[in-house]
Parts: sequence; C-alpha cells; structure tokens
Amino acid sequence: MADPTKVDPIHQFGITSMVPLGDSFAFTNSSLFMVLTVGLIVSYLLISTAGRKLVPTRAQLVSEMLYEFVANMLRGAAGTEGMKFFPFVFSIFMFVLIGNLFGIIPFFFTITSHIVITFALAILVISVVLIYGFMKNGIGFLKLFVPQGVPGYVLPIVVPIEIVSFLSRPISLSVRLFANILAGHITLKVFAGFVFTMGTLGWLGFLGAALPLAMTVALTALELLVAVLQAYVFAVLTSMYLNDAIHPSH
Amino acid sequence: METTIAQADISTEAEHATGADATHSSTGVPAEHGEAFPPFDPSTFGTQLIWLVITFAALYVAISRLALPRIGAILDDRKARIDGDLNAADASRQKTDAAIAAYEAELADARAKSHALAEETRQGIKADIDAKRQSVEADLSKKVAEAEARIQATKTEALGHVGEIAADTVEALVQQLTGTGSAKEAS
Repeated sequence: MADPTKVDPIHQFGITSMVPLGDSFAFTNSSLFMVLTVGLIVSYLLISTAGRKLVPTRAQLVSEMLYEFVANMLRGAAGTEGMKFFPFVFSIFMFVLIGNLFGIIPFFFTITSHIVITFALAILVISVVLIYGFMKNGIGFLKLFVPQGVPGYVLPIVVPIEIVSFLSRPISLSVRLFANILAGHITLKVFAGFVFTMGTLGWLGFLGAALPLAMTVALTALELLVAVLQAYVFAVLTSMYLNDAIHPSH
Repeated sequence: METTIAQADISTEAEHATGADATHSSTGVPAEHGEAFPPFDPSTFGTQLIWLVITFAALYVAISRLALPRIGAILDDRKARIDGDLNAADASRQKTDAAIAAYEAELADARAKSHALAEETRQGIKADIDAKRQSVEADLSKKVAEAEARIQATKTEALGHVGEIAADTVEALVQQLTGTGSAKEAS
C-alpha cells in the first residue's frame, strides 16, 4: 500500500503473523479473531446467564433466545434424537455467526472469509455425520443412498446421483459460506474505496463520493443480513445432514 | 490487465509455496499486494487449521459443559415453575367447582325439604277440612233424616184423617144433593 489513494480490496483478507510461534503454529490476525470470537461467545453466554434469573434480564433473554432458536431448528430438522448434537450445532452456529458479524466491523479480520476455515468446518460436520451414521446404523447407513419407493431399475441411476450429491455436500456447504462472505467484503471494500478515491479529487469528487458512501451503508446492512443468514443456513444444513445420520432411510 | 498479473502471481506463488520447504514459508511475512490471493494461499492453511481446532474445541467444551447446561437449567426451572403455578391454579379452580356443586346440592336439598314440608302441611289442612266437612255433612244428613221422618209422620197423620174428611165431604155433598139422608148410610 505505497500509494494511499490506491485501494486494494484484497488486502483485508491477508494473514499476518502477530506472534511468531513457529511457521505453522504462528499466531496470526486470523488466530486472534478466532480467539476473540470464541471468547466473546463464551463470556457473553456465561456472564449473561450468571444470575440465573427466573424473570430474565435482557442479556439473559438473548442467550435464551439463541438457545431456543437453535434447539427448535435442530429439533425440527432432526427430531428429538438429534438433540444429542445440540452442543455441536450450537457451537457451529455461534462460531460462524460471530465470526461473520465480527468481520463487518472495520479493520476486523473475517475468519469465515477463508475457504480453509469453512471447509474444515464442513468436513467436521460431514465427519460427524459419517461416523455417527455408521456407528448407529452400521452398514444400514448406506440405505441413505437408496431412496425408498424407487423402482429397482431406476436405482443404477439414482444411487450414483445420491452418492455424488452426498460427496458434494462439504464443498457446497463450505463454498457457500466462504463465497458469500468473501464477495460481500470485496464489494464493500470496493465501494468504500470509491469514497476514498473520489474524496481526494477535490470538491466535486467530494460531492460525488456521497453516492458510494450511501451504497456502502446499504451494503453494510446487506452484509449484516448475509452474515446472520449464512450462519443460519450453515446450521440448518448441519441439522439436516445430522438427520440423515440419525434416520438414514428417507 | 491487473487481474491477469494477479492471477499469474497466484499460480507462481502457489508453485512457490508447494515447492518451498517449511522453514521459509510466507506465513510470517505480511501479505503484500501482488502476492497470492490470501484465501487460496496454502502456506497459511496450517496455522489457520491449528488455531481453528484449538478455538473450536475450546468453544465446544465451554458450550457443552457450561453454557448450554446452565441455560437449559434456567429454562427448565422456569417451565417447572410455570407448570406448577398452572397446576395450582387448576387445583384451586377444581376446589371452587366442588364448592359450587356442594352449594347447589344443598340448595336443591333445602328446596326439596321445604317442598315436602309444604306438602305435608297442605295434606294436614286438607284432612282437617275433610274431617270437619264430614262431621258437618253427617250432622246435616241426620237433621235431614229427622226432618224427613217428621214430614213422614205428619203425612201419615194427615193421610189418617183423609177418610174422615172424605166422609164429611160426601155427607155434605149428599145433604146438598138430597137435602136429607144420612152420610153414614151413603158411605
């Protein structure tokens, strides 16, 4: 960034080492925001519920609403049996949600804008589905790929489709979140860059900068929506995949 | 123009990163303009994954051991309290219903009793009236019988005099018609 008028929308995704603890273990800005995300989630949930009030305070109510929101979502998708995965789904939802929301704050790093993070989370979900599915149903878990009520002669076509769709789940799950967050942040940065560039072009540019500024404000609101929505989508899909592990015959 | 350069840089960087050994990967170096597109830079994958594992594991443990049991307990307590209150309210309502039913039963009982009492009194009065009427009627019929007897006596007495009167009348008639004669003979 030698030229201050030159805006680089990719710079925000750069990973910089903060505490070099070794090459692959380095504490980077990404690590910092993962720690902050987890710290915020845990401290908020614990501090807000410390009073254990029968009539909740506002802060406690937020925690309770998050709890019931995720619980209802999981129960709706995977039934009562799915509730044994509640801590897992809740952790994923909160991690993605707070990671996304942190990213909207200027100068904050967005952990979910890196495909390796979202892909690792997706692989984690699919691993849990596979391991639990085979543990609970044994070889019967493979019935997942054989839809019920389909005539036998269609199976050679349907089963490979089901397998491919299953294998593409971690990719679609991770790319959806990653691409949404990445694209949103680049767009936001580009428009914010317009404001900056036009602002340096004298008073006419200063006036003209109002347009991209308004756009940036609107985009920030949109990004807020996307951040929440993508966390929700990630958690809902996690619940539905877990449902497949619990009830493989659909 | 710039994008093609950037893309070329990505590919060279990727080759570079895969070729380079671990001792001088670009993790510690700040990402500068023109380097690989950061989300696709494999040299940062290791540190990100390690910290993801550390932080997510910590999050999972804290949430599953501390946060969720606590919130769940709060919600359960509240539900138990609300259910208890609802049950108490229901019990009170049932008690009220029972009291109302008892009151109504007592009321019906009292009504029946009063009805019976009224009926009994009416029967008593009726019996009394009937007895009185019967005695009066008996008295009256006795008097009627006496009067009839008297009439009968008078009538018999009167009829006893009929022959005499007829003889007198015939005598008088004969005397009138004959101017003489004896009534005694005529009869």
